[in-house]
Amino acid sequence: MKILINGLHKDVTAQKLGAILLEAGYGDMRVATAVNGGFVAVEQRKEFEIEAGDQVEIVAPRQGG
Amino acid sequence: MTSFYGVCLPSAFMLGTSQYPSPAILAEAFRKSAASVATVSVRREAAGAHAGEGFWSLVRDLGVLVLPNTAGCYSASEAITTAKMARELFETDWIKLEVIGHSDSLQPDPFGLVDAAAKLCRDGFKVFPYTTEDLVLADRLLDVGCEVLMPWGSPIGTGLGLLNPYGLRSLRAHYPDVPMVIDAGIGLPSQATQAMEMGFDAILLNTAVAKAGDPVLMATAFSRAIEAGKLARDADPMEPRDMAMPSTPVIGKAFLQ
Repeated sequence: MKILINGLHKDVTAQKLGAILLEAGYGDMRVATAVNGGFVAVEQRKEFEIEAGDQVEIVAPRQGG
Repeated sequence: MTSFYGVCLPSAFMLGTSQYPSPAILAEAFRKSAASVATVSVRREAAGAHAGEGFWSLVRDLGVLVLPNTAGCYSASEAITTAKMARELFETDWIKLEVIGHSDSLQPDPFGLVDAAAKLCRDGFKVFPYTTEDLVLADRLLDVGCEVLMPWGSPIGTGLGLLNPYGLRSLRAHYPDVPMVIDAGIGLPSQATQAMEMGFDAILLNTAVAKAGDPVLMATAFSRAIEAGKLARDADPMEPRDMAMPSTPVIGKAFLQ
């Protein structure tokens, strides 16, 4: 199915957020996630269902003021 | 020593981690600043990039507390989601809450700010709201559970200093027991000293150090300026007066006419 990951169109086969992170190459990276604007905690990712057209945001620590 | 949500900071200097010429200069600037808090953010990560891990490792080595921000958020819901992502990544319930309402001035959106602050406080966050000197807004933020206020000196990144000293003095006087941090707009160490002399408890800045020609030297300058302002405030300064008054005794002056 087609989804958006960090604003880019991606074709993924997995249905759950945790599996999609693995499929997209995030492996065990230290990241936080949101789907369609809502936070998805790390312990929820394994069972969190993703649907076609969903917008997935994947973030990591960065410099800030 | 002022307590921020029960934490007494060894220094009144909070320093941002953005815009430095290099990670090494960032680290050295922090060492010279003696800052006790580093502000950080969350941003999109590319698969396999590991940029976030490298930065997080650098920040951990600074040995300071971390204050994540919600910079760039223009709505309460965006700020709340960002705050939750930051809490998970940085393992802290401290959040520098920014809900921007105007893209040119980066002025806070007071309505979105109070809305987001209320929800985050209920969710257990320790909210540091980026606000203005507005007394009504301060009142609302305290009402919804904020225990710290962070009024701006002037718009973010301008370096214009304290544009409304009257408003800031009023805010300080109305809430003498609320820890307050001047956040944003400080461009020179003398402005930080002025804010500390007015009774503010800490200074948060980034651009003035990071974009200086010599960030390490400027970090040192700010460190001393903030400490000087704090010492001056603690020393109970004299009241200014309109009329001149000689400091050298008049009595005993030789009559020479």
